Amino acid sequence: MRKVAIVGVGMSKFGEDWGRGFRDLIIDAGRRALEDSNLQGAEIDAMYCGTMAPGPLIGQEHAGALLVDWMGLNPIPSTRVEAACASGGVALRQGFLAIASGFHDCVVVGGVEKMTDVPGPDVVSALGGAGDQEWELFPGATFPAIYALMARRHMKDYGTTREQMASVSVKNHKNAAHNKYAQFQKEITLETVLNSKMVASPLTVFDCSPVTDGAAALVLMPLEKAKKHCEQPIEILASTQASDTLALHNRKSLTELNATKVASKKAFEVAGIKPKDIDVAEVHDCFSIAEILAIEDIGFFKKGEGGKATEDGLTQIGSQIPINTSGGLKGCGHPVGATGIKQAVEISWQLRGQANGRQVKDAQIGLTHNVGGSGATCVTHILKKA
Amino acid sequence: MSNIAITWRRIPERYGLVGSECGTCKEKFFPMRKLCPTCRRKGKMEKLQFCGQGEIFSFSEVNSAPGGLENTTPYILAIIKLKEGPMLTAQVVEACEADTKIGDKVEMIFRNIRRDDPEGLLHYGYKFRKIA
Amino acid sequence: MTIASGIVGYGAYIPRFRIKPDDIAHVWGEEAARIKSGLGLEEKSVPDLDEDAATMSVEASKNAILMAGIEPERIGGVFVGSESHPYAVKPTATILAEAVGATPELMAADLEFACKAGTAAMQIGMGLVSSNMAEYVLAVGSDTSQGRPGDALEYSAGAGAAAMLIGRQKDKFLVKLEGTYSFTTDTPDFWRRQHADFPSHGGRFTGAPAYFRHVMGATQGIFEKYGHTAADFDYFVFHQPNGKFPLEAAKKLGIDPKKVLPGLMTPRIGNTYSAASMIGLCAVLDAAKPGQKILLTSFGSGAGSDSFIMEATDLLPLARKKIAHQLSWYVNRKTYLDYGLYVKHRRKLKSQ
Repeated sequence: MRKVAIVGVGMSKFGEDWGRGFRDLIIDAGRRALEDSNLQGAEIDAMYCGTMAPGPLIGQEHAGALLVDWMGLNPIPSTRVEAACASGGVALRQGFLAIASGFHDCVVVGGVEKMTDVPGPDVVSALGGAGDQEWELFPGATFPAIYALMARRHMKDYGTTREQMASVSVKNHKNAAHNKYAQFQKEITLETVLNSKMVASPLTVFDCSPVTDGAAALVLMPLEKAKKHCEQPIEILASTQASDTLALHNRKSLTELNATKVASKKAFEVAGIKPKDIDVAEVHDCFSIAEILAIEDIGFFKKGEGGKATEDGLTQIGSQIPINTSGGLKGCGHPVGATGIKQAVEISWQLRGQANGRQVKDAQIGLTHNVGGSGATCVTHILKKA
Repeated sequence: MSNIAITWRRIPERYGLVGSECGTCKEKFFPMRKLCPTCRRKGKMEKLQFCGQGEIFSFSEVNSAPGGLENTTPYILAIIKLKEGPMLTAQVVEACEADTKIGDKVEMIFRNIRRDDPEGLLHYGYKFRKIA
Repeated sequence: MTIASGIVGYGAYIPRFRIKPDDIAHVWGEEAARIKSGLGLEEKSVPDLDEDAATMSVEASKNAILMAGIEPERIGGVFVGSESHPYAVKPTATILAEAVGATPELMAADLEFACKAGTAAMQIGMGLVSSNMAEYVLAVGSDTSQGRPGDALEYSAGAGAAAMLIGRQKDKFLVKLEGTYSFTTDTPDFWRRQHADFPSHGGRFTGAPAYFRHVMGATQGIFEKYGHTAADFDYFVFHQPNGKFPLEAAKKLGIDPKKVLPGLMTPRIGNTYSAASMIGLCAVLDAAKPGQKILLTSFGSGAGSDSFIMEATDLLPLARKKIAHQLSWYVNRKTYLDYGLYVKHRRKLKSQ
């Protein structure tokens, strides 16, 4: 088993992108990643792409074939990976496995989602595919409602407040304002979050990540080769993945994601480190409550204390454990398939000291945490400055 | 949501709250499963009729409806813990945020869940109502 | 005379929502007080957005089956009478039968005869059961009838369901069904064409030539057929399109109004159409003592009346407590709507 490194990163500007379609977005991200890696296209021998719902969103399947064609990389093998909102993270893991196993020597992994080509209700329906269609969506659940069910239980069991959840969104918008690739560029206040329209109580519009178009890409190589090739390779110390029930109501608990716990625990074991050794992390804040659950389940804070920790500023840049310096899903945007890849792009920039305006001082080890649906898939990566 | 065969296959569960019990480990499931997640091939799955009594384990008042349920908001969506143990997701009727709490006892009732208006099927099934 | 069939279980269902005539009158520029006293009506029930004749039938029937204490698989016939079946083609009866667990070995069909489709179902049940073609038959009347906006009937068109489980084992009878008689003619007092949203009616023509001719015809007919007079009965339940007609019918037949009032539910829930006289019957059965005799005469526009002679048995007082929710529970739980919410609930808006 070889060690694996990231040698190039790139992402498109996330947002409502009327001028660019699915193919345009991945080409933008792919080119940036290749330029950053200082490699020629001919040197790539496989690609993996995470995208959740091109079928419902743009009427297109066989995305792997489309993208390798449009990137001018035929005839290399190209595989589309799908795990709902964890599609990007799982694609990264597939690329990692391809290199670690010795099967490929240079792999591009990308993630893309084009969400604004269909009307709102169609997007909601497409995203609903991340949950249990027959037993959650059919009776009337939406994704905000599913996370709202978790939030209310967390409030009951641990006393988490709406203000604490809102402080996640405030922090992430603040971080996004320093990220030129982020969808949102303005700070918001706690009042804005609390007073905005209730989508599914207790979550308001500002507790929910937006609909976004975007793409991100990474170039992977074996670590040994990477060290000879570039100045600042980022080693992937651990790449882990775990599963849980598809429907929220079948879980053992509504207030923790077991898939996060299992994947994170294994990641720390493989990397030989503990949560306190992480300098910066990108976690899956599809909803404000999701970030609170994540920082508890990964092990940064005790169960039930994630809300208070956020409210007390412990997850700000410059504090105990900076979370979602990119702005997270809430501030940077959530083009579903791209998010897992974007998280690794952001951590790579942080570890290289290239996160202008939002740099975590002396960041050496980072973590990405990407979740599918309401927690049925979780994929975790630990990255280290090589 | 307008798939005829899917809706028809689900009638025993949606109309009758029929689930499964594993004869090997005695765990109960809703909806029905062909394979016990714990015992897998060593499990013996049998039909189990749930009584319809339960309590609210969590809930949310939904204001942004999914496609097909426009103009029916706000409605209460809940995870109901059935008396026999398993949990499911369903609407709670005749309720609102202000008068609903975790722990409220509920009973299963038969209501329309979706209408494929104007000419499509009507899909019926379980919702829950608070026991006064 | 051998009694071949009886009611072994009964149940009702009324939706929770209500609207007062005052709110309707306000919109159409009418005088609420005059309307309320003219119709003898305080308020009417309104179904929720997810309720219809099928859903209400299910809850009423589950109450009836629970009261009877039988396995639903033994039900050999399910007949649902309504003028607001959810589908024009695809029976409410099969949705109901599946939901209560009576499928697949059974006879079933939907009926329409304006407000007497439910009692017609009861007669079918009596026939099938006493001829041994079925062990038990579920006869249901259920409606979410529409009132045309601004029309007189908008004040009274309510929603509700009632279910009668009919059987032939004497030791299970809660109510003996001693006999039935029907009076039927082609009388065009009230109708709705296939694709029309709302019914039409003949105004004052709906009185003497329709309701009264048939109610009197059937009631007098059953007295003659079985050798009874009004004095033999403790309770009278008449079809009740409003709170006034049954009392007028009683007067014409020389019946003490005190025997009619317990079965007069329309003033509190509106006219529940195919369920109306059967809900009136449920109210009476919830109060009747063993041995008391009940006369029920329904009326359906088009037109016809079905009369029944019934007698409460010793089993009734205990059995009627055995259900999930009695009629009074449904009648007493209420949430009021204004006219705007009422119109939304009744899908009268073009964009719905």
